[in-house]
Amino acid sequence: MNMNSLNDINPGESAIVNALLSTGSMRRRLLDIGLVENTDIECIGRSPGGDPTAFLIRGAVIAIRSEDCENIIVTRK
Amino acid sequence: MGLTNSSIGLNAVDFGLEINKQSPNDKIIALAGNPNVGKSTVFNGLTGMKQHTGNWPGKTVTNAQGYCSTKNQSYVLVDIPGTYSLMAHSAEEEVARNFICFGNPDAVVVVCDATCLERNLNLVLQTMEISKNVVVCINLMDEARRKNIKIDVDKLSKHLGVPVIGAIARKKKSLSALMDIVDKVTDGTIHCSPLSIQYAEEIEEAISAIEPILNEKYGKLLNSRWLSLKLLEQDEPLMKEIDAYLGVSVLEDSQLIADLENAKNILERSKLNPDKLKDKIVTSLVTSAEKISKDTVYYENQNYNSTDRNIDRILTSKTTGYPIMLALLALVFWLTITGSNYPSQLISSFLFQVQDYLTAFFQFMNAPAWLHGILVLGVYRVLAWVVSVMLPPMAIFFPLFTLLEDAGYLPRVAYNLDKTFKRCNACGKQALTMCMVYMNLHAKTPY
Repeated sequence: MNMNSLNDINPGESAIVNALLSTGSMRRRLLDIGLVENTDIECIGRSPGGDPTAFLIRGAVIAIRSEDCENIIVTRK
Repeated sequence: MGLTNSSIGLNAVDFGLEINKQSPNDKIIALAGNPNVGKSTVFNGLTGMKQHTGNWPGKTVTNAQGYCSTKNQSYVLVDIPGTYSLMAHSAEEEVARNFICFGNPDAVVVVCDATCLERNLNLVLQTMEISKNVVVCINLMDEARRKNIKIDVDKLSKHLGVPVIGAIARKKKSLSALMDIVDKVTDGTIHCSPLSIQYAEEIEEAISAIEPILNEKYGKLLNSRWLSLKLLEQDEPLMKEIDAYLGVSVLEDSQLIADLENAKNILERSKLNPDKLKDKIVTSLVTSAEKISKDTVYYENQNYNSTDRNIDRILTSKTTGYPIMLALLALVFWLTITGSNYPSQLISSFLFQVQDYLTAFFQFMNAPAWLHGILVLGVYRVLAWVVSVMLPPMAIFFPLFTLLEDAGYLPRVAYNLDKTFKRCNACGKQALTMCMVYMNLHAKTPY
């Protein structure tokens, strides 16, 4: 299985969350929006500036900055 | 007359937990929900108040109160801040949690968004851990129907063990149906038996080590299962609040110390430190919400969001995102600047005509020149300037911005501009603040 960070997932691709390495308040936030292990996540677009990237998580669209994506380990589907 | 300032809502914004009942028989209803689900619409619809509603999270930073009554019962409605969770990671979440825990509401109405119910259920489940009398109000049913999302309300109610009602908060009928249920819950006609989330075995074991004694001592005031969890999480700020609420120091309770030690050992054996425990608890909540939503929400059209997605693509793509944004902002500014010239001129010519009358009046009274200078040329003239220059742009700019906000365009602007703003350690949301500052500068520069 090849593990990636969420940064490697491009618009149109989907992935499953393996682990969350973030700490502190960002970890709590990400968990609150439902980003727990085994969550499906679909990349639906990138900001014209290249960052942040928008993801579909449990029916809601959420923009995450690349520095935070780095700490979200996923498997590409 | 029984109408006082506080009863008609002039002092309705409250910073603490103090509830102003109109009569001692009033029952207290807390209104909870995620940000952006139409909670304020429900509140305003029920109380007839005009709280500002808007698209930005955390609109209600403190608890606002209002009043409403049904045939049988009068209520104090408390609008608590919109949050995704009650884990108290932010000031809003803390206010929300504290009210549900310590405000002794007779019932908590959790307003949910029908178009993304799964995410909303997290808050419902957390609320049910604290409070028994919960009513779930699923708002935006019309929008869900438009997207071909079907929600089996009865099934959801069976899963959760509390009444669930679908609603369109703008419609009076929806709100009176909601209040019927609230009546029945508060007078005991409907008995709530909220689902309790089952956690991993070792957590359950630790809970059962301390719950019986907590239930015996404080069971009447707080949900003992929830209290057990919080003791195990070692949430210190919350422990202080709980101690203040119960009037005792729970952790120093001699009967509890041994059991708590035992419970902590159980967790340590499974290598669950407080942080890991919190993770596990959140994960259990999220997966429970997922299971329930899978069983009760049907997406008849798998591409239910495709129109929205396409619009989003146009508004945020590399080629069209910035031009559209600049064009829209330019349009708003142009409308504001040119549009405000005419009323500005009207107001200023009117106000300065009044100044002439005032001058004539002062001369007629033989008032000394210095008095005329201070009052008319000083105070009045400055005021007239400020009003005629500032008022029209504000009166045009803010409604226009509200339109963009209601259309949901502002979060897209924030998304487009985040990177630029990050360079100066800000975030995309501040683009809007900057627009407003620009408007202010424009308005303050007399032409």
